Amino acid sequence: MTSTALRGRAWKLLEMVTTPLLPSDYLDLVSPLRAGADLRGRIEAVHPETGDAATIVIRPGRGWRGHTAGQYVRIGVDVDGVRLWRAYSLTSPTNRQDGRVTITVKAIPDGKVSNHLVRRATPGTLIQLDQPTGDFVLPQAKPAKVLYLTAGSGITPVMGMLRDTEFDDVVMVHCAPQPQDVIFRNELHALVEDKKLRLTEVHTDTDGMLDIARLDELVPDWAERETWACGPAGLLDAAEKHWSEHGVPEHLHTERFRPTVVVAGDGGEVTFSATGKTVDADGATPLLDVGEEAGVLMPSGCRMGICFGCTSPLKAGAVRDLRTGEITEAEPGVLIQTCVSAAAGPCDIER
Amino acid sequence: MTAIDPTAHLTAEQIEELGRELDAIRDEVIASRGEKDAAYIRKVISAQRKLELVSRGVLLFSFFPPAWLIGTAGLSVAKIMDNMEIGHNILHGQWDWMRDPKIHSTTWEWDHVSPSDQWKHSHNELHHKYTNVIGKDNDLGYGIMRVDEDQRWHPIHLGQPLWNFINACFFEYGIAAYDLELGKNLHKRRRKNPEFRARAKAVGRKIRKQVLKDYVIHPLLSGPSFLTTLAATFTANLVRNIWSHSVIMCGHFPEGVQVFERRSIKGETRGQWYLRQMMGSANISGSKAMHFMTGNLSHQIEHHLFPDLPSNRYAEVAVKVRALFEKYELEYVTGPLPKQVFSAWHKVFRLSLPNKKPKVKTPDREQELVAA
Repeated sequence: MTSTALRGRAWKLLEMVTTPLLPSDYLDLVSPLRAGADLRGRIEAVHPETGDAATIVIRPGRGWRGHTAGQYVRIGVDVDGVRLWRAYSLTSPTNRQDGRVTITVKAIPDGKVSNHLVRRATPGTLIQLDQPTGDFVLPQAKPAKVLYLTAGSGITPVMGMLRDTEFDDVVMVHCAPQPQDVIFRNELHALVEDKKLRLTEVHTDTDGMLDIARLDELVPDWAERETWACGPAGLLDAAEKHWSEHGVPEHLHTERFRPTVVVAGDGGEVTFSATGKTVDADGATPLLDVGEEAGVLMPSGCRMGICFGCTSPLKAGAVRDLRTGEITEAEPGVLIQTCVSAAAGPCDIER
Repeated sequence: MTAIDPTAHLTAEQIEELGRELDAIRDEVIASRGEKDAAYIRKVISAQRKLELVSRGVLLFSFFPPAWLIGTAGLSVAKIMDNMEIGHNILHGQWDWMRDPKIHSTTWEWDHVSPSDQWKHSHNELHHKYTNVIGKDNDLGYGIMRVDEDQRWHPIHLGQPLWNFINACFFEYGIAAYDLELGKNLHKRRRKNPEFRARAKAVGRKIRKQVLKDYVIHPLLSGPSFLTTLAATFTANLVRNIWSHSVIMCGHFPEGVQVFERRSIKGETRGQWYLRQMMGSANISGSKAMHFMTGNLSHQIEHHLFPDLPSNRYAEVAVKVRALFEKYELEYVTGPLPKQVFSAWHKVFRLSLPNKKPKVKTPDREQELVAA
């Protein structure tokens, strides 16, 4: 208690020395990964996995609390000077000796962050980190038989599990367009050789999409297995239906990557989530006016886009800048100027 | 408002075309904003912090005169960087596009007695929207000076060179008072307004913290150098104040800069707004170092046209803007710092005396446009 109080005093004094900045503003210059700093990580290496996927080795800051196999982490990366946040599964085992963690990223078409990480990220770069999270994890008690059902980059959380925990009887069914698109292929085949894994690769370019009914033939005892499935929504929907129809839905655990599809339209339903009001807006009326009309207390300023007095958090959806036509999509921490932005589809302003 | 309207030769269509051309310049910069710009502001912030740390470190030994000199010079430059290239521009939202919460107009606080949010209101919202509109833009003479022949002269204006000098020395306090609109709010009835009292309290808090840091904590930490560190901080604040006052005076006060009447901005179009910014601002010419130390407010004209573009891009924008001035036969008011400072001060002195010339009345913009 006294030591906490003392530390509090000392910190107060330090704040007086650095005012109006905070001591951390100076400490960040020398030690951005120290304990007590905002959580960050440093990219230490980028290893290509396939033509469009790479594993990023990250040294997390001292505040990193560690993860459970199967979890994901949100990272903030500066792409073309703009900080963008995305979630990626952790692919490293939890007991890695050097304390580093890895994520494995597949570059998706037009994906700003994924392309940047796979093709342009360089060792030494600082990134922002959140603590790891997610319930797509293994249970405390080891199941006797395990099935991993994955497709594309859906293999990443499962790889984290495979590397972390050994089971006596593990089967994996993995879908990818072609053999060379299979991420971690060498490592998977090494596991197969060591008899630690039975693997079926479905090459969708030649075999077509996986018909879930084929599981009976690929993994005859699938219904007895504790199953972790991760991949595109189509596969997961089919799996959930299949497991339910056979009366074993409790054996299936799925992980859906957050769909980031925002349909930018012209106007839409605007929610002011702090006030709890929802109104319809057209694509030409500034959101500031929309809010004021609806009786929401909106901060305002010059009303012409020059003073930034009206900036408000965009929690969901998309807005259009009325001056440039540029679309801004919601992401954590995104603030928009309500006086020069209009609804581009349904959106949520935190006011 | 001035005897001869220097934009009288432009038609309404030309003014709108000018607006479109300026929009295109703006769009081009926005489309090309990126990694280099972000790296620039981060580098400047990091350099400023390091310079301040080192200078304060040197001042611990300021009983030794060369250390005093070096520490004071370093601290003065650090304070100028903090206020000009960093604080002013971040608080304009110039770097908000980076989405870095640490370099954002909503979170930034600067080494200045005026709290960021109050300054943002009076500067970004009032000054930048109503640039040089008498009665609306209080930056014009900061509410304490006569800045145009058409304003009525009063014997109190005889003292304005003196007010202006005092204001220069204590500029940050002048700005805090100006943000509070003290002149208007000190009247008996307004003084008790709870909103005003809350704002005055916030300024009081900020002043207390700043004074405590500069004139108590740091001198105390210096131990035997207590007095010399105190003197050093006072000097650095003075240097920063006089420097920023001079730069800001050069932005709107030199001869050749236009002021406007309230009624002239009624129903103003985008093109007309741009034109008012062009005619109401003035630049300072000079080296890269000069532009940096003024926080790129040496490109005041470009800053007023595009207050939210990153400051490091004003230099390239200036070339295109200047070409537009020539194309539309407008006067681009610029000159070296000493010349512009002299010109601004000359005006302060000149207008402290009553006019020699009789007042000339000009038709206002709206009527002209209708006629055109």
